[in-house]
Amino acid sequence: MIPPSFEYYAPRSIGEALSLLSRLGNDSKLLAGGHSLLPMMKLRFAQPAHLIDLNRIPDLRGIREEGAELVVGAMTTEAELIGSSLVRNKVPLLAEGAGSIADPQVRYKGTIGGDISHGDPGNDHPALMLALDASFVLTGPKGQRTVKADGYFLGLYATQLAADEILTQIRVPIPAAGSGWSYQKLKRKTGDFATAAAAVVLQMQGGRVARVAIGLTNVAATALRAREAEAALAGKPLDEASLGAAARLAMSICDPTADQRGDVAYKTAMCGEMTRRALQAAAARAKG
Amino acid sequence: MAKTHPVSFKLNGKPVAVEVEARELLIYTLREKLAHTGPHIGCETSHCGACTVDCNGMSVKSCTVLTVQCEGAEVLTVEGLERGGVLHALQQAFHEEHGLQCGYCTPGMLMRAYRLLQENPSPSEQEIRYGMSGNLCRCTGYQNIVKAVQAAARKLTAAPAAA
Repeated sequence: MIPPSFEYYAPRSIGEALSLLSRLGNDSKLLAGGHSLLPMMKLRFAQPAHLIDLNRIPDLRGIREEGAELVVGAMTTEAELIGSSLVRNKVPLLAEGAGSIADPQVRYKGTIGGDISHGDPGNDHPALMLALDASFVLTGPKGQRTVKADGYFLGLYATQLAADEILTQIRVPIPAAGSGWSYQKLKRKTGDFATAAAAVVLQMQGGRVARVAIGLTNVAATALRAREAEAALAGKPLDEASLGAAARLAMSICDPTADQRGDVAYKTAMCGEMTRRALQAAAARAKG
Repeated sequence: MAKTHPVSFKLNGKPVAVEVEARELLIYTLREKLAHTGPHIGCETSHCGACTVDCNGMSVKSCTVLTVQCEGAEVLTVEGLERGGVLHALQQAFHEEHGLQCGYCTPGMLMRAYRLLQENPSPSEQEIRYGMSGNLCRCTGYQNIVKAVQAAARKLTAAPAAA
């Protein structure tokens, strides 16, 4: 299988990429790691006339700490996230989540920005970003704007990223010291998308939930933030009753599509189970 | 005639130059233009890992990399593993531990194991299974592949010059 013909561009700067994007218009696509786009092109689900490769733009790479945030270049690969001591120390959920994506070869190429911008509800970073309360820097011909992950994902393959913009940075608030975290992902095999998955960041105080954020993967047209489940946990100890209530509330917002991974009831139930397990695993890591 | 791009890179240490359409996948350039048929075409959908090669110090599935993206790259295929007629420790270990039956997945397995051991010279069994999870084998049940990687790791850490 070979992709259809296209014109190829390899800009060396964000500015050059933006002017190509403006000039070439709607018939162009940005190429990040290529492990979603190239397979879609082979299958003719995507047939861009122009491909703008972002792999040769140094300004889109790198991970640094800036104030209370971790700032990640959009073209940073999953392997770089996993291998970064800064990520493992400051936002370990990001390393754990990235390690559950696809397989080693794909993680060398796949990027955090590509995973987020693609708008596929099966991708893992969107739910991680929701649980981490991250923001995205979108750069366009008129400058930059920063948008919250919550609200960025509009529908299947649809995000707030405009056609003339590039996602350039991911800004992740560093969770408070002592926070617990977990990404629990049920998948049939290595390389598969999640049947259901849950990302949790949890702060405990005196044995009770002080703050919790829950993101859900692949159980609706977009990743979901489980706000009702979060609210139900506030101030409670994590016990059978509160875990069961949180799992049921997470399940209540699921609207998955039946496919070979399971029917609607199964996927919904697994989302509840992943939520429960992620909360338990996060609690085991939380201090306070 | 579709537009072509000149692309130069190093293949197993030797400079090569090709003219390719932008849509040409690295696996086709390697096999059809550069006569390196070690990397195999298995699924062509970036699942099976038979086409795995090493590119700039990363294991990549060459069915999902465009050749135009490899300008200036260092590419290593299974053909580049042996030195002067002597098999690489991994190749010898796959032979001795029966890490293959039909052999179709083997070039990809070897190249992935090569990079895994570069990054982690003494992996645990679990780390080998996780690190090799992008390569499918339908013959061996993986047990002897894991044993082969372990055996090669022991040999290479005992005599690192052979790496």
